[in-house]
Amino acid sequence: MNDFRARVQAERGYLVRYARLQLRDAAAAEDAVQETLVAALAGEAGFGERSNVRTWLTGILKHKIVDAIRRQAREAIRLPGDADAGELDALFDESGHWREPPSDWGDPDSLLQQKQFMAALEACLEALPAKTAQAFLMREHMGFETPEICKELDVTPTHCWVLLYRARMALRECLEKTWK
Amino acid sequence: MMTCKDASRLLSQAQDRPLGFGEQLRLRLHVLICDGCANFSRQVATLRRAVQALRERSGPDPRS
Repeated sequence: MNDFRARVQAERGYLVRYARLQLRDAAAAEDAVQETLVAALAGEAGFGERSNVRTWLTGILKHKIVDAIRRQAREAIRLPGDADAGELDALFDESGHWREPPSDWGDPDSLLQQKQFMAALEACLEALPAKTAQAFLMREHMGFETPEICKELDVTPTHCWVLLYRARMALRECLEKTWK
Repeated sequence: MMTCKDASRLLSQAQDRPLGFGEQLRLRLHVLICDGCANFSRQVATLRRAVQALRERSGPDPRS
């Protein structure tokens, strides 16, 4: 019993980091983790010995994060910057060619080992507009499919793809500037 | 001929939905001759792996 409790508590730091990346709001992240720990300790029976504590807790946390995103989506004022990809036009010339073509980043395996690259990525994620970041992280961090993201953020599929496109374009540009 | 603007949009969408046959064909032809878009394609795939690495890195798994 106590051992189970200790194993759950030991994952707190991991869960907070996970939630903060996704929610951007420290208080909302803390709440989501707290709710997760309470639900986990109350539902010990639901945890089969064969599964991994972290995987199990992350599964609960994802639901709590989606609840928080729903609350945020209800309360949020629509920011015009999040709505269209118009500003991306500036990255291309009149004939639709890159003004500054993306460069070769080299071998991805060694890139992921680079502390500077990963630190730059975190900083660039922070700099994204809120809804753009939310859509991108739901996709790449939590591994949701696009229809789920559209549903939770209450946007059309086309808008969803625009958000993801914007996020990738902004991130790669930010990384070229801050890390390369 | 597809522009880089259209190609980049489709390369991003390819991460999120299966592209149609025509889309794939025109995209491949473009990427074949465009270094910028070929690099963009690899960057987008790298971003996905990097965000996953960010998640894994959040702390050692006590299981191991």
